[in-house]
Amino acid sequence: MPEQIPFVEYLQLAPTPHLVAHQCTSCGARFFDRRNACASCFGTSFEDASIATEGTVRSFTIVSFAAPGIPVPFVSAIIDCDGTSVRGNLTNVTADPEHVSLGMKVRLTTYTVGADEAGTEAIGFAFEPAA
Amino acid sequence: MASDDVWILGINMTKFGKHTDKDTVDLASQAAMAALADGGVTMADMGMLAAGCLMGGGGIAQMIQKQIGQTGIPAYNVSNACATGATALRVAYMSIKSGECDFGLAVGVEKLSGVGLLSGGSRKDDGKTWNRSGRYGAVAATDGRIGTDTMPGVFAQVGMEYAHKYGGADFALFAGISEKNHAHSTLNPLAAYQKRFTLDEIMNDMMIAYPNTRAMCSANCDGGAAAVLVSDAKLKTLSLEQQRRAVKISASILTSDPYQEACQVLPDVNTLTRRAAEQAYAKAGIGPEDLDLVELHDCFATAELVHYDNLMLCEPGGAADFFKSGATWRDGSMPVNVSGGLESKGHPIAATGIANVWEVCHHLRNEAGDRQIQGAKVGLAHVIGLGSACGIHILEKSGL
Ligand SMILES: [Zn+2]
Repeated sequence: MPEQIPFVEYLQLAPTPHLVAHQCTSCGARFFDRRNACASCFGTSFEDASIATEGTVRSFTIVSFAAPGIPVPFVSAIIDCDGTSVRGNLTNVTADPEHVSLGMKVRLTTYTVGADEAGTEAIGFAFEPAA
Repeated sequence: MASDDVWILGINMTKFGKHTDKDTVDLASQAAMAALADGGVTMADMGMLAAGCLMGGGGIAQMIQKQIGQTGIPAYNVSNACATGATALRVAYMSIKSGECDFGLAVGVEKLSGVGLLSGGSRKDDGKTWNRSGRYGAVAATDGRIGTDTMPGVFAQVGMEYAHKYGGADFALFAGISEKNHAHSTLNPLAAYQKRFTLDEIMNDMMIAYPNTRAMCSANCDGGAAAVLVSDAKLKTLSLEQQRRAVKISASILTSDPYQEACQVLPDVNTLTRRAAEQAYAKAGIGPEDLDLVELHDCFATAELVHYDNLMLCEPGGAADFFKSGATWRDGSMPVNVSGGLESKGHPIAATGIANVWEVCHHLRNEAGDRQIQGAKVGLAHVIGLGSACGIHILEKSGL
């Protein structure tokens, strides 16, 4: 099996795939990117917080026209994962307004983005309809 | 007795559209000289200049001076996304408020004709080996893999979030907002587009980012706008005609977005707009019910809807019903974007935040011709630049 690495640092693949946020230890604000200080309370101490892998679609768009190199159409969504907002694509669903709806239940899934010259696979995340 | 009020003495916007024979400095100079002439003053009177051209790199203020008059005054180069023009205007306003000068000139200009519909360019090719970079530690470009970075997509999500929260808004309703603005533009000779579309034509136009079709996106075009501001004390020394045509800046507000839970994954264009509106109404001593017209930042049809609510033109959560009532058409109770808005008048980014003030002034001066909102006394101009920055100006007709 080829070596696998997460596409972004905030995706953790083991033991089961889930997202991990930097959580401010003083106010609880969560950030997926590297922060110098908390944007909410200016605190400088963070700890890891695992994000729920199931959520509901709070908003979405179906992108039909994107920058060259991006396959279209695709569904971009904002997902409420138990109080933490997450941005991601929807997958395993037809990208049209008849199949995607506001409030639909989704869960985290992973896929292989591609392999580099060394054969290392980058594993990305997306959300799929939860039954 | 002079007050510390600041007034717009002269203001101008160029025709928005395609200007193949003019560069940004030409368009900026044209607008600036016309604004000076409109105010009956010259560069010799100006105590400062603030100018912006978002895509043009730095130094636009000095480049303009070299074409219209190098008098040695302080020149401020302003860059604040789509709020660049409004920010330049506010820098002039603050310079006069501070007592540093009596006259200020603000200019915004952009050339966007022929630029693709999307800013952001193309996605970078993946490298030969995965290397982490950026604050998310991504091994390759994230646009299209972790949601969308495109403006039509981001603002589609802004509108759909509102639809989810309050209900009542769907594809047809968003398209209806675009139908209104395109219809309004038929009366504006300076608009980039002056063509009316049916709801069907809008909904069946090329889909960009559902629910935004091409007709529902702001129109990339070329254009410039400029304004001359004056202190109350100095205005009182000018001619009666200049005083009569002067428009009072009852509020000039700029906000950035305060931290909100979801703002790291979807820009929150609501909170900072609502805060700016609250501050603007308080400063001007009026309420939304006192407004005769509003020019708001309809960069996409989905954005206009949420700003009805953010600017408190309707009940909280009631933007869809408010639009369905017909209130925001030019013959409604609260005309919004009678210029045609960014979707039809066009959106030369740094010019927009002065051009919308020009539109309001035009009505307050009773000079708007066919599209005049009769008896207009008070108006509001709003812009938002993603990142974010929100500029609101409340403008009042002279009492003379
Ligand atoms: Zn904090």
